[in-house]
Amino acid sequence: MDASQQAIEQRVAEQHRHHRVAPFFWVWGTLLVLTAIEVYLGYQNMEPKRMLTILMGLSLIKATLIIGYFMHMKYEVSRMKWLTMTSLVFCLAMMMMFFPDAFRILSLGVR
Amino acid sequence: MAEAALPQDAAAIYEPSLFGTYSKKIGMWLFLLSDSLTFGALLYAYSYGRISTPDWPTPFHSGSIVNATIMTAFLLTSSLTMVMAVNAAAKGSEKTRRLWLLATMACGTGFIVLHAAEWSHLIAEGLRLPIFPAVPHQQTASEFVTVSKSVPQFASTFFGLTGMHMLHVTLGVIYLGVIALGRKFIPILFGLWLLAWLATPAYSPFHYGAHLLLVVALVCSLILWLKPKTYDAADVEVAGLYWHFVDLVWMFIFPLVYLMSTKII
Repeated sequence: MDASQQAIEQRVAEQHRHHRVAPFFWVWGTLLVLTAIEVYLGYQNMEPKRMLTILMGLSLIKATLIIGYFMHMKYEVSRMKWLTMTSLVFCLAMMMMFFPDAFRILSLGVR
Repeated sequence: MAEAALPQDAAAIYEPSLFGTYSKKIGMWLFLLSDSLTFGALLYAYSYGRISTPDWPTPFHSGSIVNATIMTAFLLTSSLTMVMAVNAAAKGSEKTRRLWLLATMACGTGFIVLHAAEWSHLIAEGLRLPIFPAVPHQQTASEFVTVSKSVPQFASTFFGLTGMHMLHVTLGVIYLGVIALGRKFIPILFGLWLLAWLATPAYSPFHYGAHLLLVVALVCSLILWLKPKTYDAADVEVAGLYWHFVDLVWMFIFPLVYLMSTKII
């Protein structure tokens, strides 16, 4: 292995040695609670669009916690955070351009 | 190994990494970004079908929802045990690292077993894809048979999304097995292939899907034979990134596929 790579690996491992484990347990507990709330909402007789919005909102909070804490993105340098997350959000947001077509089919009455 | 004689302040000698971390980790992040677009496309396709189909079925009874909730708890717990494995690896504790990795694999296996049981139950009830082999003595008047005929997108998106995810979890468990046990994991993998193949009925998709384990076992054998190595803390961290990703994807599949199709009595 390249010596510079090994040096960086040692430095990253050194950073991990200083991470406290308590926040990870808190995040795990929060994720379980959010899941319980989602299951509760699943049994409410709610309008699908409203239900979808709430469930996706909760899922985004869970995703942020997983990426930030479990995947250690919180501890990365800001260049890494911004480049990876903005490119991902941009690409996923671009896929939303298809949704107006789904609603168009509904208004046409196709079944 | 020449790099074993690296001085303590070696990091200061070399030009700093652009992203502040090592190449292996950046490589895994790039793979995960591309994989998230794959899952993104599948989830958007599902949502498109869900929005544009007014009579979308809501066939999941409380049994399925309870099962999926336990599966979610398994995955969330496996993420915690994975973080503990990364932590133990960074501290150089070999035995603790292995134990946490095995705990993660156990949770992942629990998820796969519950998921496979649920698939088998739904297939037996009549929810199926045309490519699945015919189930003998199947009920023809069940709710899921009607769903498969009236809204075929439901079965396609359900099996497509959850199947793709199950494949990722299975590969993740194998990945962690190789990191935790190295070569010792190969005979276990062959044993699991035989077990999965012989224990499933011939009409089950898992009877054929089990051969994936054989292919992966052969590929792993080849890799470990060509390039034997001891996996270090960085390898555990990179494997952890992959594992957390499969957990992350499930956080979207669970509400979209299961909770949005809950049968409210």
